[in-house]
Amino acid sequence: MSHRGWHWIVGITLFVVLCIVAVGTGPIPIAPRDVVNALFGRGEQAVVAIIRELRLPRVVLASLIGAGLGMSGGALQGSLRNGLAEPYLLGVSGGAAVGAVVALALGLNADAAVSLAAFAGAGVAVVLALVVARAAGRGGRGDPRTLLMAGVVIGAFANAVIMIALANAPPNTIRGALWWMMGSAGDASWSSVAALAISISIGGGVLLVLARDIDVLALGEEPAAALGVDVDRSARTVFLVSALLASATVAAAGLVGFVGLIVPHIVRAGGIRRHRPLLAGAALVGASLVVAADLAARTLRPPAELPLGAVTAVLGVPFFLSQLRRAT
Amino acid sequence: MIRFRDVAVRYARASSRALDGVSFDVAVSGVTGVAGPNGSGKSTLVRALIRRQPLESGSIELAGDSIISLSQREIARRVAVAPQREEAAFPTTVREYASLGRYPRLGLWESAGKSDEVAVERALERAGVSDLADRRTDELSGGEWQRVRIARALAQEGRALVLDEPTTFLDLSHEMSLFELLHSLAAEGLAVLVVSHQLNLLARFARDVVILDRGKVAAHGSPDEVMSAPLLESVYGWPLVVSRDPATGSPALVPLRRPSPPPPSSPSES
Repeated sequence: MSHRGWHWIVGITLFVVLCIVAVGTGPIPIAPRDVVNALFGRGEQAVVAIIRELRLPRVVLASLIGAGLGMSGGALQGSLRNGLAEPYLLGVSGGAAVGAVVALALGLNADAAVSLAAFAGAGVAVVLALVVARAAGRGGRGDPRTLLMAGVVIGAFANAVIMIALANAPPNTIRGALWWMMGSAGDASWSSVAALAISISIGGGVLLVLARDIDVLALGEEPAAALGVDVDRSARTVFLVSALLASATVAAAGLVGFVGLIVPHIVRAGGIRRHRPLLAGAALVGASLVVAADLAARTLRPPAELPLGAVTAVLGVPFFLSQLRRAT
Repeated sequence: MIRFRDVAVRYARASSRALDGVSFDVAVSGVTGVAGPNGSGKSTLVRALIRRQPLESGSIELAGDSIISLSQREIARRVAVAPQREEAAFPTTVREYASLGRYPRLGLWESAGKSDEVAVERALERAGVSDLADRRTDELSGGEWQRVRIARALAQEGRALVLDEPTTFLDLSHEMSLFELLHSLAAEGLAVLVVSHQLNLLARFARDVVILDRGKVAAHGSPDEVMSAPLLESVYGWPLVVSRDPATGSPALVPLRRPSPPPPSSPSES
């Protein structure tokens, strides 16, 4: 077994153990053995119901959010050749937040309406970033730096819109918007899990297929073309799919920061450079990080919940910094 | 192998053409050199070959087929190009970097197999970088880096090799050994096209030299035909003489100092 093979076995094992612990932890603690039994429908009916209907969807949703954000960040950093690239930087978060806040301000409080508005907002922001970058880029081409600039500027614009929208809003709307912007997997249900699972499978699948293109795009525009990549088409597809992947996670759980930025770096620090294993690794590490963060968010200060987006950053950043030291 | 025919390129919003009626062939089993002042269109030629710059008119053919009729991937299977601009985002190992040369030869679902590994090892060996295979690309010296780029291009296993300024930042011995390598690759049957400012090296190693000047071919022929002082003086706008390499007799160019202004007259006593 190669050195890399062990990485995978250890990573997957840790993730599974983490999930079992996360499912077992809550107001009613459940032992790991009972968790596993309950997953197969054995044991007390009440325990089976708690696990299957309440805790498992939440853990699965957290995993999917982490996997989606991790893959999105990995694909964007490679194709844009920039370690700072991540979906939120490219306008996804700002656009989604505008969508959600507008929905809340209009009194559309239903979860589905807010999710849909967030997804639409993210989509509009991302397409806008692409259009702005193409219009500004040399010869009508989207230069990675122009695209990053466009994303950052659109994000700043979105923040301004949110502040204006919230300036005179009633306290309820402000609180709702703030909670949404801090992210939470608390509203998980099997239907939200199913919706996100479909988006992640399709988007993640496309990115895995394009992974070899991303390897080559990471060399630069001209070397990529010299190696046979249709640079403009590949880069645009990777960008749109990554952004939509992140938008789907935002629609499901609000803003969960830093995952898209730090997870790919953690995987790279493990010596993985090719984008097919890198994206798979980012999905695994991202899932583990968000499951751990969600576990911390709901257990550190019961019965209150901490904002998931903040906890991912608090957990992820020190780990990221320690890996950064190792990588350089 | 590579045929440029009346190639014309105009950049967006530019008043004049970057390339204007450029025609020449790059034959197998030889080195063809392209030189010319800054901005004469050398790199544009390479960008046009990999379709990063559309042609206004004319055509570029690879083994008889116009690049317009070929897929980007098929172009990369026929000709391996190491462009000048390269800004790899994340460092990797030399072996992984060179194995990216296999990209155009792998199908979407196909993973690299034994034949790909063999091709990569052969390319590393041919470029003289086998001993660097496990080093990181951000730890290489300038000379090693140029050789690693050539290894990646060789891993493509095309019949033509195109290098844009492969000796930038290289010292004398690295420069010479790189050109010796290109010469022996050509002797093994590759069609080699080198874009370089090093006219003297092109004169010693190339079979044909093309001099570009403001997008047009100013001269094309054997080094002896092209290395003429009046022609090069007018292309580069600098006084120079052409002498001979003492060992091989190939032409060698020596740019001259401008005649210095007369020294200030010393105060005379009379």
